[in-house]
Amino acid sequence: MPQVSLTVNGTKHTVEVEARTLLVELLREKLRLTGTHVGCDTSQCGACVVHMGGDSIKSCTILAVQCEGASVTTIEGLAAADGTLHPMQEAFREYHALQCGFCTPGMVMSAIDLVNKHPDGLSEKEIREGLEGNLCRCTGYHNIVKAIAAASDVMQGRTAELTPAAAE
Amino acid sequence: MYDFEYHKPSSVADAVKILAADPDARAISGGMTLLPALKLRLNKPTAVVDLSGIADLRGVKRDGNKIVIGALTKHYEVATSAEVKAAIPALAAMAASIGDTQVRNRGTMGGSVANNDPSADYPAALLALGATIQTDRRTISADDFFQGMFATALEAGELVTAIHIPVPEKAGYAKMRNPASRYSMAGVFVAKGPAGVRVAVNGAGNNGSYRHAGMEAALSANWSADAVAGIKVDPSDMNGDIHGSAEYRAHLVTVMAKRAVTNAG
Amino acid sequence: MNVVQPFEGIGASVRRKEDFRFLQGRGMYTDDINRPGQTHAFILRSPHAHATINGIDTAAAKAMPGVLAVFTSADMAGIGGLPCGWQIHNKDGSPMAEPKHPVLAEGKVRHVGDPVAVVVAETRAQARDAAEAIVVDYAPMPGVSTTEAAIAPGAPAVHDGVAGNLCYDWHIGDKAATEAAFAKAHKVVKFSTTNNRLVPNAMEPRSAIGEFDTMSGDYTLYTTSQNPHVIRLLMGAFVLSIPESKLRVVAPDVGGGFGSKIYHYAEEAIVTWASAKVKRPIKWTADRTESFMSDAHGRDHVSTAELALDAEGKILGLKVHTLANMGAYLSTFAPCVPTYLYATLLAGVYTTPVIYAEVKAVFTHTVPVDAYRGAGRPEATYLLERLMDVAAREIGMDRVEFRKKNFIPVDAFPYQTPVALQYDSGDYFSTLAEALKTADWAGFEARREAAKAKGKLRGIGISTYLEACGIAPSAVVGSLGARAGLYEVGTIRVHPTGSVTVLTGTHSHGQGHETTLAQLVADKLGVPIANVDIVHGDTAKVPFGMGTYGSRSLAVGGSAMDKAMDKIIAKGKRIAAHLMEASVEDVEFERGTFRVAGTDKTKSLTDISLTAYVPHNYPIEEIEPGLEETAFYDPKNFTYPGGCHIAEVEIDTETGKVSMVNFTAVDDVGRVINPMIVEGQVQGGVAQGIGQALLEAAVYDAEGQLISGSMMDYTMPRADDLAPVSVATHTTLCTHNPLGVKGCGEVGAIGSPPAVMNAVVDALRDFGVNHVEMPATPAKIWNIIHGHRLAAE
Repeated sequence: MPQVSLTVNGTKHTVEVEARTLLVELLREKLRLTGTHVGCDTSQCGACVVHMGGDSIKSCTILAVQCEGASVTTIEGLAAADGTLHPMQEAFREYHALQCGFCTPGMVMSAIDLVNKHPDGLSEKEIREGLEGNLCRCTGYHNIVKAIAAASDVMQGRTAELTPAAAE
Repeated sequence: MYDFEYHKPSSVADAVKILAADPDARAISGGMTLLPALKLRLNKPTAVVDLSGIADLRGVKRDGNKIVIGALTKHYEVATSAEVKAAIPALAAMAASIGDTQVRNRGTMGGSVANNDPSADYPAALLALGATIQTDRRTISADDFFQGMFATALEAGELVTAIHIPVPEKAGYAKMRNPASRYSMAGVFVAKGPAGVRVAVNGAGNNGSYRHAGMEAALSANWSADAVAGIKVDPSDMNGDIHGSAEYRAHLVTVMAKRAVTNAG
Repeated sequence: MNVVQPFEGIGASVRRKEDFRFLQGRGMYTDDINRPGQTHAFILRSPHAHATINGIDTAAAKAMPGVLAVFTSADMAGIGGLPCGWQIHNKDGSPMAEPKHPVLAEGKVRHVGDPVAVVVAETRAQARDAAEAIVVDYAPMPGVSTTEAAIAPGAPAVHDGVAGNLCYDWHIGDKAATEAAFAKAHKVVKFSTTNNRLVPNAMEPRSAIGEFDTMSGDYTLYTTSQNPHVIRLLMGAFVLSIPESKLRVVAPDVGGGFGSKIYHYAEEAIVTWASAKVKRPIKWTADRTESFMSDAHGRDHVSTAELALDAEGKILGLKVHTLANMGAYLSTFAPCVPTYLYATLLAGVYTTPVIYAEVKAVFTHTVPVDAYRGAGRPEATYLLERLMDVAAREIGMDRVEFRKKNFIPVDAFPYQTPVALQYDSGDYFSTLAEALKTADWAGFEARREAAKAKGKLRGIGISTYLEACGIAPSAVVGSLGARAGLYEVGTIRVHPTGSVTVLTGTHSHGQGHETTLAQLVADKLGVPIANVDIVHGDTAKVPFGMGTYGSRSLAVGGSAMDKAMDKIIAKGKRIAAHLMEASVEDVEFERGTFRVAGTDKTKSLTDISLTAYVPHNYPIEEIEPGLEETAFYDPKNFTYPGGCHIAEVEIDTETGKVSMVNFTAVDDVGRVINPMIVEGQVQGGVAQGIGQALLEAAVYDAEGQLISGSMMDYTMPRADDLAPVSVATHTTLCTHNPLGVKGCGEVGAIGSPPAVMNAVVDALRDFGVNHVEMPATPAKIWNIIHGHRLAAE
């Protein structure tokens, strides 16, 4: 059986897999990192998005063996060692950008890549279009869009702290 | 998916050798088309030959009045390439509209070209821009290369290595996306370049991406959106499905042609 | 210790407790669970809409690598069919047709996706590999997918013995009085429409793990369910004959439901039953393609409505005729959706004095159809609110004025409708006025003109709606055919040091119960929400429960908790009276503190709980130790949320694409516990409603092949399909539950589709269009514009 060596959330793993094994299957079944989800079989829903070499990718549409030598970050690898949430995670919580939580890991990973690739900030339209590869059935995206805008301000230093969601 | 052998050659020659020895082996670069098909068990290759370990097939460079793009260059790299943005901004914008972010981070130009999916973006762009496709053994003009839905001039085991694109005077692209899949259901790329005015259509036609002679003639005479506005596309050449009839797609081709010309400036 | 926190009680937008785990990938959904020795199941499904099975050869599959077993219905002798939880009676009083719904096909398949065989293997891939080696000898037969075709003479029969594919022919209302009203009418407006068929598509695909304990003989089922106790009851009693005491059902984190995870599905029974055969745990998880052909679908009505009006535009009566698609088998609650959850809502917010509705439910060769977010109420609201616009236009009256003229007055509550329901409270004028203001209805014509200057068609649409939640009381629903009670159960367990565990029979799959329900405890008992744990979704932990659907969790489940907290306070007062040497009548309680009235003598809840569990100084002859109370709450009535939704759209005339520009929702959901969560629920519901109006359609061909069988062809709403949604609430309290709450889970999906479609029709008003069917896809709109242009040329 083929072997693949890769780094996931900073830890190096060498795993035996069938050639047909997808990265998401390796993560969920071999490494027990079940935060990365599978919501479709047509590479559309984005519940499986992780970062590889800093880019967001769909871990359901890449073979595990294609990840030889790669550095992968999953939702489990985002928060700091002391438990401090990544600004994007914090923003999703503050803005109620998740309900059932199933799309959330992929949504957060996509959102971080989106912000990273727009160093000068994002318009609402750019955020909405940038989420094309991620489906959410619960929120209607409204609060996700707001959370990403707020997180981008923190990630890119425009605000020192997360702007609180508007009080009711 | 079904299981298969996995190979990761480090040279084009080795890849070609493996593919030549096994007619049921399939090359993979980004895998954005192959893997979804394998997951649905629509395809049963004996082996998958991963091209990503081959050096020198990735990157964009300007070569005189041409842009040369390595086959393994990802859509995101084309979309953000300073050379492409300067020379053919319409191509960069088009690359930025392919699939979603994650597709653009993995999918490659060579893979898209070799696959010639009728609703893919690149084939129409290369037809309109009068590109040349370089393989491991020869160069082929886009006109000869794209031979209808999923059909190309590639021989068994022949690999696309680079794409040479003459820099046009102006070019533009517009598409209407399928509401569900977000693939193009009618896209038009227009270009005015060294090979004259060329117009190519994707997504809508019933035999893959193709050039539209009537629109080319009209735009040659008068480069303006108005010049194509009155051109009626024949619905019998179009696809129809639950997302739109052939008549609708025929209409969209004209609309997208107008918008592409407007986008081209 | 319970430390004073910022206000976390009723009305506070507390950030959600559950988010920490979800945001760090620590949720535990069914497919995330792996049991020791676990095997995997793959279900072989019918590719045919209708076929006879002449034989199934599993020999080759059984010999495949890793395969432990292959089962067909022949192996399942003695296993019952999947039960239906609601029995409707025909007009003549006879019961509905209720053909058997086998767990695995018995000699015949009746829809694409009908389960035929199951392979159990060491890995999922091996199970799927082996399933391809099963040889099924099918004799395909003609199928039928639409209700109209299925009741036509000579249509292919879905079930032997069900004449004309008719499940039931039901009616409600006073036919003679309605006919009399129509005879007097100044004007009758007629309108026909189809309510499009939808695929729920919760982002988490269904999954189930069956586990049999060979030592105890106990079964455990982990499943993606909105109501684990209901699954235990239905599967244990009707399918597998396992007593409740031997069957545990766990619904862990569940990734969205929207109705589709209410029902008892074949796969749950299969993995539970088979786990005892192979003596190892078995996991099955749907891939999305399977979800499309095996999750219960929603809606699929064809209706005609007639409205009788007097000369002043006052509604005199309403007649409705509806065909409802049941699919190939009766899903768990399917029969009640187009009847008691639909026709009883046809009065809407109007004073329509007489209504007569008849509903025919029809079997077809399609996936079963059951409740999907809103369940019956969106169908009623869509029909009525489109009809209101059509009628206003026909009589030349402003559509807002026409609605106001027929609104139930604010002082008319409780209001008895002619279709069984009695509304307890509401104020439709206020929600309307606030929505009109927020949406700048008055300024719309200027926006229409501005859009026209850009070559776009802009339209605005309104819907003033009402719905019914928290379906109850049990005695009433029982008389209407429900085979279950619809109460809820709550246990409040105050621990010795004052923290609280709540056991609730409702289930959270996105609604935020772990936060909202904790707020009820914070508000009433004064315990900070950090010290309140909400336990749900496990029949081994929670005494009983009916689960979460129909926006019932707070109205029914929250009320049960409230009753249990009353019992805690009552007992606590007795203990406090003893400790403070006062009479129990003199002890008051407020947010965590017992006080002797008019004195400064107090005891905290923690003092009392500690005493209750360490009863040294304790009236042990009079009061039992411990501080835990359970209450069952059976509501007196439904609750009636309502409100006003306004949609504004813009149409690209060249492509036909409809873009959402603005959306305003002003809803009366009763008392609001957590405004942030309520707003999120409305946002999400509106997105699904916009999805139904503009994007989504489950399309079958005439013979029953599913054309939109994946997300490549079924349009799921994406972020850029939607626009910001303005959400506000205007509260009138529910008068019959202790919390005054009404429910907010479905209002968005109920109120929004007609608002959007009224806007689309309004945008196209210059084209002589008076109706557009959902979904308003670009191609459909272009056809309308194109047809008009051809006619005009």
